[in-house]
Amino acid sequence: MKYLQIMLVMLSMLLTNSIVTAEVPQPNIPKGNAEKCVLPTAEMRVNHMEKILHQRDKTMYKGVRTEQFSFKQCINCHTVKDEQGQAVTFKDERHFCSSCHTYAAVTIDCFECHASTPSKSMAGSKP
Amino acid sequence: MTDTTSIKMSRRKFLGVGAVTAAGAGIAPGVSLISIAEAKPVDQAISSDQRWGMLIDTNKCAKGCSACVDACNTENGLNNGDELNSRPEQKAQWIRKVDLKDKATGHEVSLPLMCQHCENPPCVDVCPTGASFKREDGVVLVDKHICIGCRYCMMACPYKARSFIHEELTHQMEYAPRGKGTVESCTLCVHRIDEDINEKRDPACVEACNGEGHKAMYFGDLKDANSEVSQQLKNHSSKAIRADLNLNPGVRYRGI
Repeated sequence: MKYLQIMLVMLSMLLTNSIVTAEVPQPNIPKGNAEKCVLPTAEMRVNHMEKILHQRDKTMYKGVRTEQFSFKQCINCHTVKDEQGQAVTFKDERHFCSSCHTYAAVTIDCFECHASTPSKSMAGSKP
Repeated sequence: MTDTTSIKMSRRKFLGVGAVTAAGAGIAPGVSLISIAEAKPVDQAISSDQRWGMLIDTNKCAKGCSACVDACNTENGLNNGDELNSRPEQKAQWIRKVDLKDKATGHEVSLPLMCQHCENPPCVDVCPTGASFKREDGVVLVDKHICIGCRYCMMACPYKARSFIHEELTHQMEYAPRGKGTVESCTLCVHRIDEDINEKRDPACVEACNGEGHKAMYFGDLKDANSEVSQQLKNHSSKAIRADLNLNPGVRYRGI
């Protein structure tokens, strides 16, 4: 048992060491525009799609349009502006969603229908 | 063994007794125990206590006026330069103006026509994936997440109310997601009517018609006897288009 523990510790050290030394490229994830996200970052990183999926059905079928997990609100808060001060779309790698999804090579289907920037007509108004 | 006398009561008689009891349990006409609110708080689910509907007074609808169509396009981001390769008849159109002329008398009528938000929608019946659905409050919508773009609903709709998107879109409104390969139609501006009680707005077309001063469109809760639309429907005659199909549309017309 003790032997196994030592092996595990050594293995984990080896792993962390290799990550630090090998300099794996990291995604450049832009910060949101609010103080903090609706959930801790670690939780959102893992579960954001489930939160959005759940909210999507509540919104579409039940007409519940609360802001906590609304897609619209994600987009509003995580807007990234370009040099001209225009919000970038998901086609730009600086876009909040794209920055990580491009890195992880995971296609996002959301933006085939949903706007990836806040609507102009709604800009400045309550989301 | 069993009490045969109670079982012997004929079906007809039983139903008769039931009807009398039900009538007795009712309250005085015009008095209801629960007043149905005009709108719900934003975090509350919709319910079948409401049915959103519309009355269009064609006598007030001006020929040549397209304020409702323009407002719909602007509100929902239709025809904003995205569909470059589609012919006009292929482009998305949620509401259209129709002019009618009685050949015998020469009488002309102009009216807006859109999804009639049927109680028994044929588009929902034929949808193979369940994407076409009716909300509890009577609004007929397309769940574009599961729409496969087969267009059976477009065939089934007697009002020709639905459009198919042939091209990639990039200028969607954040509250009106739309995309290539899916079918769409009038949503009665659900994003407006789902809003909080204080922020609830009429659909864009109704707002535009009122803004033009025509006031040809009444929008409201058909199940609320005191709503303006219910009062108008109660006091004056109105028609459902293609009433013969028994679809019980939520949009009614006056003057046709």
